[in-house]
Amino acid sequence: MTKWIKDGKIVDPVTERVEQLDIIVEGERISKILPCGIFTSDSGEVEVIDAAGKLVVPGFIDMHTHLREPGYEYKETIASGSLAAAAGGFTAIACMPNTDPPNDSRSVTEFIVEQAERANLVRVYPIAAISVGQKGERLTEFGDLKEAGAVGLSDDGRPVVNSELMRRAMEYARFHGLTVISHCEDLYLSEGGVMHEGEVSTKIGLPGIPGASEEIMVYREICLARHTGCPVHIAHVSTAESVALIRRAKEAGLPVTAETAPHYFTLDHRAVMGYDTNAKVNPPLRSEKDVEAVKQGLKDGTIDVIATDHAPHSPLEKEVEFDRASPGMIGLETAFSLTLALVKEGVLTLPEAIKKLSLIPSRILGVTGGSIEEGGRADLTLVDDKAKYVLTENEILSKSKNTPFIGKELCGRAVLTMVGGRVVWQRTR
Amino acid sequence: MGRFAHKDLLGVAQLSVEEINLILDTADSLKEISERDVKKVPTLRGKSIINFFYEPSTRTRTSFEVAAKRLSADTLSLSASSSSMVKGETLIDTARNLQAMNPDLIVLRHSSSGAPHLLARVMEAGVINAGDGINEHPTQALLDIFTIREKKGRIEGLHIAIIGDIAHSRVARSNIIGLTKMGARVTVSGPPTMMPLDVEKMGVRVEYDPRKAVEGKDVVMLLRIQLERQSKLLFPTVREYANFFGINGEVIKRAKEDVIVMHPGPMNRGVEIESEVADGPHSVILDQVANGVAVRMAILYLLIGGAKSDKVD
Repeated sequence: MTKWIKDGKIVDPVTERVEQLDIIVEGERISKILPCGIFTSDSGEVEVIDAAGKLVVPGFIDMHTHLREPGYEYKETIASGSLAAAAGGFTAIACMPNTDPPNDSRSVTEFIVEQAERANLVRVYPIAAISVGQKGERLTEFGDLKEAGAVGLSDDGRPVVNSELMRRAMEYARFHGLTVISHCEDLYLSEGGVMHEGEVSTKIGLPGIPGASEEIMVYREICLARHTGCPVHIAHVSTAESVALIRRAKEAGLPVTAETAPHYFTLDHRAVMGYDTNAKVNPPLRSEKDVEAVKQGLKDGTIDVIATDHAPHSPLEKEVEFDRASPGMIGLETAFSLTLALVKEGVLTLPEAIKKLSLIPSRILGVTGGSIEEGGRADLTLVDDKAKYVLTENEILSKSKNTPFIGKELCGRAVLTMVGGRVVWQRTR
Repeated sequence: MGRFAHKDLLGVAQLSVEEINLILDTADSLKEISERDVKKVPTLRGKSIINFFYEPSTRTRTSFEVAAKRLSADTLSLSASSSSMVKGETLIDTARNLQAMNPDLIVLRHSSSGAPHLLARVMEAGVINAGDGINEHPTQALLDIFTIREKKGRIEGLHIAIIGDIAHSRVARSNIIGLTKMGARVTVSGPPTMMPLDVEKMGVRVEYDPRKAVEGKDVVMLLRIQLERQSKLLFPTVREYANFFGINGEVIKRAKEDVIVMHPGPMNRGVEIESEVADGPHSVILDQVANGVAVRMAILYLLIGGAKSDKVD
């Protein structure tokens, strides 16, 4: 049936324009985009979606999600994570390979694709492991993984310690047109650390992880990109120096891209005071200065993408002593609100923010999406940018509730998510 | 005696100067009990206290035990090896089970910073932090402050050096917080590998060389060097540490003539402290142990001696 998305304010990240237009969706695709008041339904076979007062944006694409399946279904499943994604306005998510077994083979990649089809909500793009078992020893079969559906490669959660392996991964991935995503962490420097090393860790007596642990590896990837000419994407940038290094690399024309997660521009290390394990993430929440630099990096384009690093954990991993708690917080359902706060602060314009949540990740991963155009696939999200709400545990659709934003007042959220012309999720209140 | 409006004692960080003074004054009046023939008063009769030590400890555990018994409380000791911890029970589950037995206080020693805070959130019983990871050891700092006040008559304006592994010492952290709150001027000293980042923001001065750090000091507080830290690249050898950071009689001469030397124990003689200092005229190390009982009696009394409804934490 034809769908008429009526009177919405369309944010197009390609043209960076915001205008009130009607969108007509036929089947999977956008058939027409036209000024309001022109289209009329004559046949009666038209479903009207009232978008008045709402923004219509390309469906968000999260290039960094942990779906936990296979292996940790008690934390999240591909179905529950897909639903959380839809509720957060995401029409596509890329899931990291640190499952059990890790996604280092065709069979696991195919399993993920099949489970996603069964869930039938958002598009799920597997990121496969760089090394077999994420052990950092041998390369996985990049070509076979790509054919099975993988769109990128990463040993996320377990950094590639061996620089030679990273170099070869970048070189070989280029042949298959796959993006290598690096989790930058010098494990020797971070060993035993549970939060950012600085004033707060000193005050509350928790072992620290220095910013240098990330920066050294960011610089390594930049050196490898320079030497090989191969692209690399830096995951979850958290420090000022990482931003500076990436900025210089881009100025030198190197094929380096980068993402950060909303918590790195929203919270600093003070959130850990009181030993709140929901504020324990890896890399850790950094200093106020780092948060400012990350914002600056987003503003000037050094940081291309906002990705969630959605990392579900159950109370088994979180209601424990701080040093025993697993790092990570969920993020699919709060990412847009936290990003919109940057728009209100004047760090990003609305189109820039939407671009970092959709168009740029689609380009980096080489998947379609991120634009609103006639003939294009109707992966669209309606957001209410004025909706104020206090996040409650009950409304979280992810299987895990590990977020320090529960009880906080947030603003702006998705009200309807459409994947391939089909409404997969709609807010009911 | 004044009111003490806390359910728990999790750290010196939560205490005001008035509250610290209240603890010290209370300890002052209770100290005499330990010097009697019959070292027992009925103050906490019918109260039960669980000493829960996930980490080995002789001094602190015994001190709490003695303090509780002198106030007539019933005490029970659990260690990590005798608890369900070894069977994989989580700290929260253990806490809920202990709570079901309705104790008045839990004294917790744990290797994780923040573990007592977690326990306190889920328990109705009061929680005393008897040392958590590298965070705090508040009763040790309070007995140290008590000892300093006893010997020097005041805390405010005193020049104090704390020497050793500042980064990994909960004794150092609690003392830094407490002593600076009370108006002392604190210098921390030790190899740069053992100095926490931005420690100046806690209101202390850093002087890496202990020979300089002790100059003109009223109090020199030494910390136990954990020999196992050698493997973590913090210092090359015990010999090297003793040579450059160990305190001997010569070094102590640089302090004020009436300096007192403190150590929380257990000492590594010949490493951070030479015997001539540990057993010398400036040492108040055994006074610290004696005062530990009085200070812990004061804390037990202030936490559970009054009516429960007074506690508003």
